[in-house]
Amino acid sequence: MRLGRVIGTLVATAKPDAMKGLKLLIVRPLTADLADDGDPFVATDASAQASSGDLVTWEAAREAALLHDPWFIPVDHAVVGIVAQHALENPEGTP
Amino acid sequence: MILGRVLGTVVSTVQHPYYRGRKQLLVGATLPDGTLDGTRYILALDMVGAGPGETVLVEDEGNSARQILADAKAPVRSLIVAIVDDVDVPASGIRASQRPPA
Repeated sequence: MRLGRVIGTLVATAKPDAMKGLKLLIVRPLTADLADDGDPFVATDASAQASSGDLVTWEAAREAALLHDPWFIPVDHAVVGIVAQHALENPEGTP
Repeated sequence: MILGRVLGTVVSTVQHPYYRGRKQLLVGATLPDGTLDGTRYILALDMVGAGPGETVLVEDEGNSARQILADAKAPVRSLIVAIVDDVDVPASGIRASQRPPA
């Protein structure tokens, strides 16, 4: 998993049947100390409750699809959870 | 597998049910001598009771994670699978140990 910030939501009407009912979020990847880390991507919401502004954890590849039930769906990024507490205990040289 | 150092913790209350009750640690990738690589990090589930400051081995591949979790449908890719006592790379002269002095 990695950290990310939900910066928006997305609605699509025409999409694969297997993606019907899934909430789509626009997520910006973050570094360990919460700085921007690359371009935003679209992810489904496996936490069920994430929304704009939330700090979240996300997973990519096969594991993103496995977060859903049914799991065999064409999804490549998904939000796992909303971060309630983030503690970095090594301030020198955080990646 | 990735050699890394535990930098901190991440706690979520709202999350996928599979992750409930499983400790998530923030691990920064390190070079063999223990210095942080400075960019790469990963959030991994802790299988061995690791804590901040410890050097660990992270398995960062989903199929391996599902084997270790003994669950073919586990939505997990990264696991902390070992706490590293000692790294020895003779060719580069690197020897980094985190064993406490005897």
